[in-house]
Amino acid sequence: MIRQTWAVLYKELLTELRQPARISGIFFFALALVLLVGVASPSGVVLQKMAGATLWLGLMLASTRALDQSYQVELEHNALEGMVLWPVDPRAVYYGKAVANAVMLLLVCCALTPFVLAMCDAGIAGNKLLFVAFLAAGCSGLAAPGTLFGLITGQARGSSVLLPLLLFPIVVPMLLAAARGTMLVMEGGPSAEMEGPGWLKVLLVFNLLHWSLGGIFYGYIIEDG
Amino acid sequence: MHGVAIEFDQVARRFGPRWALGGITLSIGAGEGVMLTGPNGSGKSTLLRCLSTALKIHHGEIRVGGQELWANRQTIRPSIGFLSHAGYLYDDLSGADNLRVWAKLGGMTADPHPLLERVGLPPKRLDPVRTYSQGMRRRLALARLMLQKPKIVLLDEPYTALDADGRRLVTDLAREFRESGATLLMATHLVSYASEACDRHIALLDGKLVDDAPVETE
Repeated sequence: MIRQTWAVLYKELLTELRQPARISGIFFFALALVLLVGVASPSGVVLQKMAGATLWLGLMLASTRALDQSYQVELEHNALEGMVLWPVDPRAVYYGKAVANAVMLLLVCCALTPFVLAMCDAGIAGNKLLFVAFLAAGCSGLAAPGTLFGLITGQARGSSVLLPLLLFPIVVPMLLAAARGTMLVMEGGPSAEMEGPGWLKVLLVFNLLHWSLGGIFYGYIIEDG
Repeated sequence: MHGVAIEFDQVARRFGPRWALGGITLSIGAGEGVMLTGPNGSGKSTLLRCLSTALKIHHGEIRVGGQELWANRQTIRPSIGFLSHAGYLYDDLSGADNLRVWAKLGGMTADPHPLLERVGLPPKRLDPVRTYSQGMRRRLALARLMLQKPKIVLLDEPYTALDADGRRLVTDLAREFRESGATLLMATHLVSYASEACDRHIALLDGKLVDDAPVETE
């Protein structure tokens, strides 16, 4: 299964490499959302306080595009069915795709963060390692349920509408933890030192839950799809 | 022939209220070449898709090598190669990249270039499959099938979109599969081409088997 997971990850990353327009499209979509929030903000002080939440809002909305597109590639020539029949272990398909989606989101996040910090005139006053950990855990927490729900909605008509409807209620609690933790680390100070690691633990628990359940249910859904 | 490779026992499959297969009972010997014919909607593709395990049957039983197919699908799937209408290709990757990816997924170490040459595609071509014609995609899907080296080969309308050379290639490959001991099932409308690679002709109509006879050779 590990070999097949690597093979699926290789395929996903190779596809993204051969079609870079896809990831740049997701980045510009996220950037446009972030800029809109910046323009709509009543004052610079408020915007500075909202920097972390703005970043996650852009990423959450852009992630639906990324996850939806990840299945469009599979469905053009029904390659997903080809993988099931080849046969590739459904868990390998899930974990390979989910890791690739997490990497894609993290790349978008890395490109988006400097823009958000500049636009909000914010910095990272707290532990920078903790800040990176929040970004990584948040992106992986979005990718894990997104890869599962992307499979469910991918074959339905109007998948781009269905995916957020299913995904957002599941990821919002996790994203609240990510946004709160990110904002604390950006502000720095004793509250960041005290509360930051706690929010990270909450994020990690959500990650553990989503990655485990995704691996369990993906096989049932892919065989019955 | 060495025993029975595939058995259909009262196999039925429906889509909504309509039965696409209405109780097919059939035995296919190991190494046999079977041509499936019938008008559009007669159940040829459904039969092949059920045998490939892409579709679950709603009634009856399919046995491959004496084992119930669906219950043992994970162990049987590697031995079944299926050329479907879809082709199972990645549009953004080149032909060689596609074969490399499928080889990696199957844990195989295969050089894609000889396979691409065999199916008449330029091996060094780097542009994505998106730019290929339908016929070239069909050839690439055939190369993917060859990569798998299956014991049971299922070809669903393999001659579609191919020129005369391509059709000859399909027949030659089908023969090669059979010479290597594989069992062949081919759904087609082009009886004249398929009869060169098959020795048995099964006709379907409205999901039912209406004829089962040896292929007539001139």
